Amino acid sequence: MRNPNEIVAEALAAIHGCLDPPTLEQVKAAYLGKSGPLTELLKSLGAMPADERKTAGARINEAKQAVETALKERREALQQAELDRQLAAETLDVTLPGRGLARSGVHPVSRTLARIQALFRSIGFEVATGPEIETDFYNFTALNIPEDHPARAMHDTFYLQSGELLRTHTSPVQVRYMQTHQPPLRIIAPGRVYRCDSDVTHTPMFHQVEGLWVDESVSFAGLKGVLADFMRNFFERDDLPVRFRPSFFPFTEPSAEMDIGCVMCGGEGCRVCSHTGWLEVLGCGMVHPNVFGHVGIDAERFVGFAFGLGVERLAMLRYGVDDLRLFFENDLRFLKQFN
Amino acid sequence: MQFPESWLRNLVNPALDTAQLAHVVTMAGLEVEALTPVAPPFSNVVVAEILSAEKHPDADRLRVCQVDVGEASPVTIVCGAPNAAAGLKVPCARPGAILPGIEIKVARVRGVESYGMLCSTRELGLEGAADGLMVLPGDAPVGEDFRGWLHLDDTLVTLKLTPNRADCLSMQGLAREVGALTGAEVRLPQVQAVDTRIQDTVPLRVSASEACPLYLGRVVRGIDAQAPTPRWMAERLERSGIRPLLAPVDVTNYVLLELGQPMHAFALSRLHGGIEVRMAREGECLELLNGQTAELALDMLVIADASGPVALAGIMGGLPTSVERATVDIFLEAAFFAPAAIAGRARRLGLSTDSSHRFERGVDFGATRRAMERATELLIGICGGQAGPVTEAVATLPQRPPITLRLARLKRVAGVELDAEQVARDLTALGAHVERRDDHLVVTPPSFRFDLAIEEDLIEEAVRLFGYDNIPARPPAAPSRMLPQDETVLADDALRQMLVGLDYQEVITYSFVDPAWETALDANARPLPLANPIASQLSAMRTTLWGGLIETLRHNLNRQLERVRIFELGRVYTSPAEQPVKLGGLAYGDVLPEQWGVSSRRVDFFDLKGDLERLVGHPLDTQRGTHPALHPGQSAEVRVDGRAIGWMGMLHPRLVQTFDLPAAPMLFELDSRALALRDVPRHASLSRFPQVRRDLAFVLDAHTPAGELLAALREAAPGSVQAIEVFDDYRGKGMQESQKSLAIRVVMQDTERTLTDRDVEDAVQKLVNAALRQCNAGLRT
Repeated sequence: MRNPNEIVAEALAAIHGCLDPPTLEQVKAAYLGKSGPLTELLKSLGAMPADERKTAGARINEAKQAVETALKERREALQQAELDRQLAAETLDVTLPGRGLARSGVHPVSRTLARIQALFRSIGFEVATGPEIETDFYNFTALNIPEDHPARAMHDTFYLQSGELLRTHTSPVQVRYMQTHQPPLRIIAPGRVYRCDSDVTHTPMFHQVEGLWVDESVSFAGLKGVLADFMRNFFERDDLPVRFRPSFFPFTEPSAEMDIGCVMCGGEGCRVCSHTGWLEVLGCGMVHPNVFGHVGIDAERFVGFAFGLGVERLAMLRYGVDDLRLFFENDLRFLKQFN
Repeated sequence: MQFPESWLRNLVNPALDTAQLAHVVTMAGLEVEALTPVAPPFSNVVVAEILSAEKHPDADRLRVCQVDVGEASPVTIVCGAPNAAAGLKVPCARPGAILPGIEIKVARVRGVESYGMLCSTRELGLEGAADGLMVLPGDAPVGEDFRGWLHLDDTLVTLKLTPNRADCLSMQGLAREVGALTGAEVRLPQVQAVDTRIQDTVPLRVSASEACPLYLGRVVRGIDAQAPTPRWMAERLERSGIRPLLAPVDVTNYVLLELGQPMHAFALSRLHGGIEVRMAREGECLELLNGQTAELALDMLVIADASGPVALAGIMGGLPTSVERATVDIFLEAAFFAPAAIAGRARRLGLSTDSSHRFERGVDFGATRRAMERATELLIGICGGQAGPVTEAVATLPQRPPITLRLARLKRVAGVELDAEQVARDLTALGAHVERRDDHLVVTPPSFRFDLAIEEDLIEEAVRLFGYDNIPARPPAAPSRMLPQDETVLADDALRQMLVGLDYQEVITYSFVDPAWETALDANARPLPLANPIASQLSAMRTTLWGGLIETLRHNLNRQLERVRIFELGRVYTSPAEQPVKLGGLAYGDVLPEQWGVSSRRVDFFDLKGDLERLVGHPLDTQRGTHPALHPGQSAEVRVDGRAIGWMGMLHPRLVQTFDLPAAPMLFELDSRALALRDVPRHASLSRFPQVRRDLAFVLDAHTPAGELLAALREAAPGSVQAIEVFDDYRGKGMQESQKSLAIRVVMQDTERTLTDRDVEDAVQKLVNAALRQCNAGLRT
């Protein structure tokens, strides 16, 4: 009988010499197969005397196990090597850019409008809209601006040849809304407005948000509270100084202009605030009883406040845009800065 | 409105510096727009007289001057100004003077000691001609401090007044306001009635008494119109932005600024017969002071004599009757014209005058006579002459009925309780007559306040004087009720975000466009024209978003971009009654931006359609159709629930040329309302049984739309069919030229049981039959 240890030594050498799984399987067949040397040895056991058979059997089995263990280890090692090779081959340059569509975004005016709307919705204002081609009645008369009133001269109105006009503010929406809804009312009306004026600081079309709150509990103190809250949240500055100055709008009384501390220079004085430290950001006031009269709301029972703010103005201050005209040139290099 | 601070302080002088005063006034609603020093800071400049000017021994262009600076002996100053000459009075900077940018020292100029510098306006930072020395009038007091003598330590105040505060369009009105705001004593000008020396009058008739409820006229004879306007008056006029012209005119302008009463002086000799205040008549014209000939409308108020209109009432006088240097006798007018009779007329004639500005807003009808007396007094003081009696025509003047101010209402509107006593004091300080009652005040406004008529007007005044800043900021309490959230309509912002996700950049273009774009895109377009466009390329209301989108494409192609994908959500304007909101989009260039590992391909019809399907959330119903702006073979009408909601396709090759584009963009425009409609999702139970897929290839006429075949198949499909989709459109080899093959995937699944082969075969047979019957499509063999 051959010495099982020799066979094991031989087998281990063969196993270690295998470089791929198929060769390993061949080696396995060669040593553990039906005609392999260890099988042959086992077969020869029957011819042995009984007392030797037991120990010889045990030695052969040990040898077999040793070969099997070596095969298993080698198999795993080869698999691991194969996997490593595959992984190495599949390795990417992860610093290459990602594929697919480019990134687009909403227009900065829309972005600003969405922000304004979200803030007012959060305290219960609904969004209302109205036509941009308006009648004289809704744009002026119903807002207590009679014909030939000097306030009309402040508006630089575009007229259609057919006699209608392009709304000069979104205030007509409050009239239309009050005609069809009963107080309490809380709305904002965003949209395009038009004035025939075009220079470095004016575009003939721009955006406004009109706000209106009509209820029994509304007051000038409430107006101040809501608008100060809005400005501080819009600019995310809890310490933003605000002030209210008396002003004049035919559709509100008392009327006010609201200023905020300059967000560019922190009130130190700069070009943007004309070195005053203050920025005029909106007009507001308590709804004039004549406006309530036009829409049939009882001015004794209800009090209302209204405000109108310029969206481009807020966008410029929030995002540091220094030229109003950029908003409507639609240069994609500009627009993509807001994506 | 502009005025010198010194004039205001002459009437009311609160203990506040310039900046503090400006703040108080601004916070009271009279916005100070600008504070401009009359002169920049400089010091140690005196009025001097050049006694002699000799050529410099060593320099041709320099002169050596002996200058009297008001001291015992003259000083020597070397001067390079060409106009330096003996006898001139000029400003002289003494050694030690600090001028804008330079400090003056004793200096040796080409060997001659020079004790100071003779100045031009520019060296002092003043306005005026800069060539040569600033020449002062002959009566300038030699040796006197130059700044003090010209009152240069003064500030020009520019106010932005709101149209309701006509009463503040005069120094008197401003002084009254500042007095009420600060409590400082107000010293209004004392006006004495002038003695009448002659009895001449001009016959006066007011036919339009509603438009002109008060008219005062007075003859002044024997004036010297060329008499120099005193320096103090000229200075105040100039610093208020009015150029002094001729003394009588200067006087009327001065009274306008001082008291707010616009006045007019006619040359008496040019008036024919009496004066009539009436409405203009058909066809009347008037040559105005500014040389313009105005064609008068019937609603314009005029001052007329026997020959016709001589002045446009409250707006501007006529040239033929204007006061000239040789005028000796004049007719002075001071009137109250009703705001409604003046408003808008000047603007219609392209005019805006100090007078119309005031009359449109309201002039104090209670002070007309005072203004007449003031003007007469000033005029005679300057030009001499003798005044006749004042002729007066009075009709019904505006009323100032008492107004009730309820203290409870005041508190409710303000949101805070105001002290009644203080409110009464404040309103009194504004010139109102106030009576205190239990729970309200009875307030009679003064004649100069045209903006106080109802309770709210008084509430505004009370709160204004209390100080807006003193009102607390307190958000109102309201019941917390939720806002409705309509799940069947996609919000505009959500729509925008979906488009952004599909790589479309939002743009906002003007609602008014070049009408040429409109007609290029649709020869039958009739866009609404603007009556007063700002430019011809912005003169028509758009009826499509495509013009603006194509223009945006061009703008960006010119900036070297090669891939442009944009959208706009906005109104188009088909008629004043119809202004629907549309969603328009444009895709140009490659489907994907240039990138590694992907071969480039230009965006096509089906890319666009796919984008729109992702947007609406279901397959898009598109029907071939012709749109004038689109390629006839690559355009489709888009339908939702059988209703047309817009168009998509490739820009017509002809328009690619018209718009000078390198290639055709893909375009869409859809009704945004229809696009936003969404069903609330409804759950249906999921099948636990296996699904079966069958692929069928149909051969049919190449012109039969795939949509027709799909519709026929879907209609014929039994309930177990879950989906029918096209997965290939094949033409070419193995096919006749007039035919195509459409490969259709059919997915079947039952919710109740496993489908048998029989079920599947039956279903397929039904589909095949329908295809043959309706589309003449046979199975490919």
